[in-house]
Amino acid sequence: MPKQSPVADDLDRPFWDACNAERLVIQHCNACGRFQHPPQPVCDSCGSAAQLVWREVSGRGTIYSYGVVYDTPISALQGDQPYNVAVIELADAPGINMMSHLPGTPVDEVPIGAPVTLIFEVTPGNGQKVPEWRVAR
Amino acid sequence: MYRTQEGMGIWEHRGKVAAVGIGHAPTARRWDDRPETSVGAWAILAIRKAMEDAGVTPDQVDGLVLPPDTTTGSYWPEGRQVPADFRNAFKQTGDPLDGIAKLSADWILANMPELKNVKWARHATTCTSMAMAGAIQAVGDGLTHTCLVVKGWHNFSGRYYQGGANALPTVAGPGKYGSSLAGPASYATAMQFQRYCHKYGKNHDMMAPFMVNSRRNGLLFPEGYWAQHRPEALTVADYINARWVAKPANLFDNDIPIHTAAAYVITTAERAKDMRQKPVYVLNHAGAGTPGGATSAGVRARSVIANLEEVEACAAATGRKLLDGAGITSGDVAFENMYDGFSLFHVFHIEGLGFAGIKRGEALDLFQTDISIEGPNPVSPSGGNIGGGRTRFWNHTDSIQQIQGRAGARQIRIPAEIGISGGFFPMWSNFVIWSATPD
Repeated sequence: MPKQSPVADDLDRPFWDACNAERLVIQHCNACGRFQHPPQPVCDSCGSAAQLVWREVSGRGTIYSYGVVYDTPISALQGDQPYNVAVIELADAPGINMMSHLPGTPVDEVPIGAPVTLIFEVTPGNGQKVPEWRVAR
Repeated sequence: MYRTQEGMGIWEHRGKVAAVGIGHAPTARRWDDRPETSVGAWAILAIRKAMEDAGVTPDQVDGLVLPPDTTTGSYWPEGRQVPADFRNAFKQTGDPLDGIAKLSADWILANMPELKNVKWARHATTCTSMAMAGAIQAVGDGLTHTCLVVKGWHNFSGRYYQGGANALPTVAGPGKYGSSLAGPASYATAMQFQRYCHKYGKNHDMMAPFMVNSRRNGLLFPEGYWAQHRPEALTVADYINARWVAKPANLFDNDIPIHTAAAYVITTAERAKDMRQKPVYVLNHAGAGTPGGATSAGVRARSVIANLEEVEACAAATGRKLLDGAGITSGDVAFENMYDGFSLFHVFHIEGLGFAGIKRGEALDLFQTDISIEGPNPVSPSGGNIGGGRTRFWNHTDSIQQIQGRAGARQIRIPAEIGISGGFFPMWSNFVIWSATPD
């Protein structure tokens, strides 16, 4: 499903570069042992910048909840309405969630709590790859 | 300024600040391009009505608080000239859109020279409730003794949130992780409500009695949009068959954007005794927001999007702050006018407060009982944004009027001794507890 292409900035370029290499990395604070996402200049918890590193995660997760969008202002998505938008909780990055269109899952047949696996999709605007998830079979 | 921390104790100005006057401009679905119906002109009208209502002369006013942001989601079209008749009708500030697509304190004061004694003027963030809470605290602190709270809303022709960044093939900024993948503003609330239904075994149809009740109350609100322009009752069938926007949020769960303005007069309890209307005393104001409380920005979610548990925790903390600071229990609250635009998070707000003794997962059950103005637990007697249109101020007007005994056909049947109003999102809010007596 075509989406807007994310434009990387200085702060989150490592995240998007990793996506282009089909790896999912999340900011991790080595000082307090905590993941955070979206990327921030410092740790949300302890304020450390020096201890922030990028840590690769598997991308495995579960579906926390979802909605079905019928009326979006985002032009790139309007041709695919209605579409699922699920919230994915990552298994090996506690507290971190991301959003997914759940390709392959029929509209409004989203199994809350089901496990999902990570894939990557190319977006048409600038070719940036983005993380996506499919319900695990 | 804002009471966003827990454990602050009884509010230091409890019972010493009061609301005494209300003024409303008419409502319209959209601006009709006439200077006299611009958001600035209607704010002036609302201010004059509020002062008249309170029996306050302009020279007695020494404070002004308003959110300069007036958009309902519509923006001035790029490249469009500001109409000459508007420029000629009002004194301008440095911003040509001031008075049309935004509203500054400078614009108000330039065009209301009779407010010659305003010495304390502040801009609040976004919401009526932020302005209201800011004015209340300022009066309590002695920064102003008679303060106007003003909120204007503009709505222009065309569909809102369309075009601009939403129409581009690329996305920058924080939206690349969240909003660019969903779209509708109601998506997050809908997703949280979906989880709520999954967690507690509820369903969207259970919202219907609340929606029908809110429209009914809104139609009893002469100042409201639906009462003025579309006096149509909402049926259960209308609601459950409405088109989806972001399922489980449908068309009616999304409040209708309108064009209007309102103003309030807040003063000290001592001065309020001599004014025209019965004083409505403030027992406390509190909410979610920046821990330091100097501003009232939202509490950030742990990750990309706030989950239900974060929202529930925030709403519960707000409930504790409100009740603790007022020195009351939830059982003392006769009626609630907590925010409802989007309707689905009204559930989270009233569970956080513990209104009518409910706990988490029980708000939709409460909606299946008598929640009308005639019943023992009046839910949203104002009708809120759902019953009156997108303003975030019907709830404050109604709370004040209920306690003054002048809510007209909306007057609740049980004694309106203590009520609550405010908003907006559970993770970004300011509420006020109003009382018929100062103690």
